[in-house]
Amino acid sequence: MTAPTYDLGKLHGGLRLPAEKDRSTSTAIRSMPLPEQLILPLAQHVGEPAHPIIGIGERVLKGQLIAETDGIISAPIHASSSGKVVAIEPWPVSRRRGDKAPCIIIECDGEDRAIDPGDQLPAYQDLPPEDLQQRILQGGIVGLGGAVFPTAQKLMQAVTAPLDHLLLNGVECEPYISCDDMLMREYALDILKGGQVLMHALGIDSCYLVVESDKPEALNSIGIALAELDDSRLVLKQVPTIYPSGGEDQLVQLVTNREVPSGGLPSDVGCIVQNVGTAAAAHRWINMGEPLISRVTTVTGDGVADPCNVLARLGTPLAEVVRVAGGYTERAATMVIGGPMCGKSVSNDQVPLVKATNCVLVMSELPSAGREMPCIRCGECAEVCPVQLLPQQLFWYACADDEEKLRSFGLTDCIECGCCDLVCPSHIPLTADFRKAKGRMRELADEKARAERARQRFEARNERVRRERLERDRELAAQKQAALDAGPEAIKEMLERAQASGKPADEDD
Amino acid sequence: MEFERREAPFVTPPTDVASIMQQVLLALVPAVLAYVWYFGVGILFNIGIAVIFCVLGEAFMMRVRGRPVDVALSDYTALVTAVLLAFCLPPLTPWWVTATGALFAIVVAKHLYGGLGFNIFNPAMAGYVAVMAAFPMYLNIWTAPRMGDLDYYYMGFYETARYVITGSLPDYLSFDAVSRATPLDLVKAGLNNMRTFGEIQANPMMGDFGGRGWEWIGNFTAIGGGWLLLQKIIRWHIPVGVLAGLLVPSGILYFLEPGLHASPGFHLFSGGAILCAFFIATDPVSAATSTRGRLVYGFGIGLLIYAIRRWGSYADGVAFAVLLMNLAVPAIDKLTRPRIVGHPKRRRGTPA
Repeated sequence: MTAPTYDLGKLHGGLRLPAEKDRSTSTAIRSMPLPEQLILPLAQHVGEPAHPIIGIGERVLKGQLIAETDGIISAPIHASSSGKVVAIEPWPVSRRRGDKAPCIIIECDGEDRAIDPGDQLPAYQDLPPEDLQQRILQGGIVGLGGAVFPTAQKLMQAVTAPLDHLLLNGVECEPYISCDDMLMREYALDILKGGQVLMHALGIDSCYLVVESDKPEALNSIGIALAELDDSRLVLKQVPTIYPSGGEDQLVQLVTNREVPSGGLPSDVGCIVQNVGTAAAAHRWINMGEPLISRVTTVTGDGVADPCNVLARLGTPLAEVVRVAGGYTERAATMVIGGPMCGKSVSNDQVPLVKATNCVLVMSELPSAGREMPCIRCGECAEVCPVQLLPQQLFWYACADDEEKLRSFGLTDCIECGCCDLVCPSHIPLTADFRKAKGRMRELADEKARAERARQRFEARNERVRRERLERDRELAAQKQAALDAGPEAIKEMLERAQASGKPADEDD
Repeated sequence: MEFERREAPFVTPPTDVASIMQQVLLALVPAVLAYVWYFGVGILFNIGIAVIFCVLGEAFMMRVRGRPVDVALSDYTALVTAVLLAFCLPPLTPWWVTATGALFAIVVAKHLYGGLGFNIFNPAMAGYVAVMAAFPMYLNIWTAPRMGDLDYYYMGFYETARYVITGSLPDYLSFDAVSRATPLDLVKAGLNNMRTFGEIQANPMMGDFGGRGWEWIGNFTAIGGGWLLLQKIIRWHIPVGVLAGLLVPSGILYFLEPGLHASPGFHLFSGGAILCAFFIATDPVSAATSTRGRLVYGFGIGLLIYAIRRWGSYADGVAFAVLLMNLAVPAIDKLTRPRIVGHPKRRRGTPA
């Protein structure tokens, strides 16, 4: 076992936020009864939505593939329990914009029969890395930290660059969320074994497990698991608790003191980051044959009676998940998926739990943030920005919609962590404004592309018209020549014929 | 169950502009008390009049600009401007002088540039400079500090009130009886008359470092400033910049030729240096924004204060120093932009 080490890179800014995690960590992870209905969105990951391969009315078994990958970046989806497919239709889901997305709806039969795994699972050590990556793809494994990038594609992309370290991200820096903490406490061995699988898939021999110093129980159980595995490639790294050190690029910077270049990926500096939950899921799939059909989620906030962590099947409606946490309190007013800094609010609790749902935060009525005042240029936002942007300048240019300045002041580098919002004495919703500005920039790029396409079409049309006209002129000239060659009698005859049909012979437009 | 949708983050910011301004006002209380003790109740009249006209000016301008009046008045920024302006004026100042400065600060320097957050000049300093241009004769009359051994007449409440309202002293008093030259004036005149700094310090008006009384006001101002630092209302960069800009040149010159130059201690504890470092230069709206920029901005103010005191024609240079550096803020901001994480270091001379 390697002693915990503090490390070394320095993060700019950041905030020490009240953790609020004790609420949900006092009891062990709870399992929950099977719901009557499972709602599985086709898009539970970044990239193209999966493509359904079952029909309505078909019976499915737990772990059965029900939607396959569609496109270069995509992930398959498996049935979380056995039952009958009753519909494939739009259903409310958690999204930044819009409310509904296509979902496969399964009515559970309550038997929870698993699909027959077929052949004996091959030991992952015997597989070449490429095959292991393919197998990970088939398990529907995606990043469980909340970003849900398909894991296999991330691995495939990362191995194109020379890699040094795999970082297992146990830094759960957002307040309230404790699912990774609880997972580390109770499933430390799964996580470490998942780390071994991922190392093999990447062909590297260094895995840092990064945990915040305010999680002594997790550190302890990982220490025990490390001792049990006795694998010198696994190293525990302890980092101070500062929001947002759990961001991918921030974690790399904190642990290795390497900066991920703007617009680049951690693999550009020899690192790849995977959430601890993802590692555990990879272990369960590769070593035990269970695809990603459940996850641990934190149900917390002053809007639920008994905050806790729940091991829930994917597709469970959030209302059912909240029931496990003692149901709502009278004060419940806002439901957020994710943490209070970066989460998304949802409009109702029929939204299903999906691969991205690391936390269901039910909050009481937020005290009104107060009126938005003009920026007083206090510069606190720049002090806390982990990317060292100048949010007050960005805000200015976002208001002016000055795309060039927004680019040069690094809007695209903004990680939307919300730190600037929180320290702004003028209560300007900076993060929301930046999100909008990014959207507008994308729109503008789309519009430019559209305009370019329209221009090309227009020019092609002009060219065609010109060509047609030339051709017609040539034809007319040829006809004229033919008429002249035929002599005056023939011309007269032609004119008479034309007048008879009421059409001038020599004008056509 | 249905819920209301909102945008992240779902956390209420702990501060707001009003509470920041309230704390700035609170931090000025020790300095005001010291001021009243040494120079009489005049400053209270200054503050009262400045507050009235700043608030009236703010309300009027918001109304004219068609903005909500109550919002502007409840942010306390006009009050801070008023109090800072009052601090710069002599303890005996007729009301129309204070009113002119207050209205100029709010109406011209603040609102004609777009109101809170958009003014390029520090409003209080702009107001002070307007008064300096309009009524120079009223700005030279400083009462003597209340020290037991100084022979002067200490003006009471009614006498001060009478002067503030009418601009004249009662028949039984003359300016010579109530006022004294300020230490900065003494040193400037003395050095110009080829006397050494040591000789000038023998004057009963002079204390250990700066002028008597002034030193203590400086101390109490610094207490308030230190509290603002602890409360994280202001950051250290600007105060350190200002004080370094003032102390470094004065220290070097004093070290080389102690007779010909006032000591750094004198510069620190005279006039508005400490008030400027903690309260005036730290006005965020008109200051530079990046940390490096703020050091540069503060240092520039300190240097200019020293230069104006030493070689300029005014006794103190706080107002001009601040306004001149306000002009430099866009350039400072542009040149001190921090490198965004993940971006290559910018080369000198490449476009930003």
